Amino acid sequence: MTLAVSGEIGKGTYSLSVDFSVVPGEVVGVVGRNGAGKTTLIETIAGIIPMVSGSISLNKLGWDDASHKQWVSPEERRCAVVFQDLRLFPHMSVLQNVMFGLRAHGVAKSDATRVSIEKLHLVGAEHLAARKASVLSGGEAQRVALARAIATRPAVLLLDEPFSAIDAESKEPLRAVLDGVLSTYSGITLLVTHDLKDVESLASRSIQLGL
Amino acid sequence: MTKNASSRTLGALAVVAVFFLVLPLLSVVIRVPWGEFWSTLTSSAVRQSLLISLQTSLMAAVLAAILGIPLSWWLARTSSRLARMIRTVCIAPMVLPPVVAGIALLAAFGRRGVVGEQMYNWWGISLPFTKTAVVLAQVFVAMPFLILAVEAAFRQVNEGLEDAARTMGATPIRIFFSVVVPSVRPALLAGLVLAWARSFGEFGASITFAGSFPGRTQTLPMSVYEIATYDYRQALVVSVFMMFISVGVLAVMRDRWATGATR
Repeated sequence: MTLAVSGEIGKGTYSLSVDFSVVPGEVVGVVGRNGAGKTTLIETIAGIIPMVSGSISLNKLGWDDASHKQWVSPEERRCAVVFQDLRLFPHMSVLQNVMFGLRAHGVAKSDATRVSIEKLHLVGAEHLAARKASVLSGGEAQRVALARAIATRPAVLLLDEPFSAIDAESKEPLRAVLDGVLSTYSGITLLVTHDLKDVESLASRSIQLGL
Repeated sequence: MTKNASSRTLGALAVVAVFFLVLPLLSVVIRVPWGEFWSTLTSSAVRQSLLISLQTSLMAAVLAAILGIPLSWWLARTSSRLARMIRTVCIAPMVLPPVVAGIALLAAFGRRGVVGEQMYNWWGISLPFTKTAVVLAQVFVAMPFLILAVEAAFRQVNEGLEDAARTMGATPIRIFFSVVVPSVRPALLAGLVLAWARSFGEFGASITFAGSFPGRTQTLPMSVYEIATYDYRQALVVSVFMMFISVGVLAVMRDRWATGATR
């Protein structure tokens, strides 16, 4: 299974070319200065914005192919995202947030609850399960967003600046949490960051955007 | 005029405005024969029309929501000229004289109406002067209130949350009901209460389209209008009762709007 991204991505008037592929188990860092298109890349792979030209495929399955007018909608890509702004559903509890994807995939409530608790445990946020998402601290919300992303066992995990919402002191423990999560995750991971230290400690290689 | 004098003039006009708005309401409270309050409200004529009012206005509010919420959603998410035109037409009943609304409904659904004629010829259905007609008239005048409240809220919904939900495999319907609707809940409640209040007080459109038949189509406002022709004191009682309901609605709305703003 390989995620292959090749072509031009863009939003509005700007675009840039990308060409890389990632295999399962690999954690690839995506680095680049602000405005280099890192978030655009994530949103393109997730299917939120279409490619300008070229294609994205997971294995032989085309997700996006501008020339053949092929496009698989986000809900059908097995692709989970930890957004930079997290986007937890504020009106739901932490548990409901993590359960959301499982329930959307038709998993029974009891199973979804059990899996979600497991994932929350994995990120050290089990005790927050009943808390409303809107009252979490930056670090707590970050953990919950991570648990929510891995709950559905996605083929591709996209992490957009997963340490952006937290202060420097909380960063180390969270990096350890992410490291633990990624070591048990067998899918494809793209880690967008502006911090080379994240790449050094978590990724096996990196892609530089917008040289 | 000096600055002081002009601010005094403005102040005086403001006082006149308050006086003008409050005096009639206060006068009702002063003139109500409180001793007859309960007996009037529980008299069979009033009870009957109150029941009809409650039935029809609740149904109208629910119908306005069922039809109005999807439309509000579409209006909030479409910026075409067509959408703007449709919005203008759809909220027109707000400023339309209610009697005209009633005539319009007759023109559409009356026995010789554009649609009503076929309905009668094909299925023998005749809407005017039925309880259904009361509900339709109320929906017609009340739905715009709901649309305005809910559409504004839909525009504020964070589309990023919807994108996130899509990446988690949620269908548009699931996203709508579990992400979008909960985020507009305060506005939705406000819209429902407004639509209900407007339906409850509806007079012109319903009396034109449904008539004022006691026990069948006569709502509380129609009843007050009729009672006032022969027993002014009883009319005062029913009026003060309806005023209480309005004040209650305002109180609920203020609460909703306040919590909606602080969220």
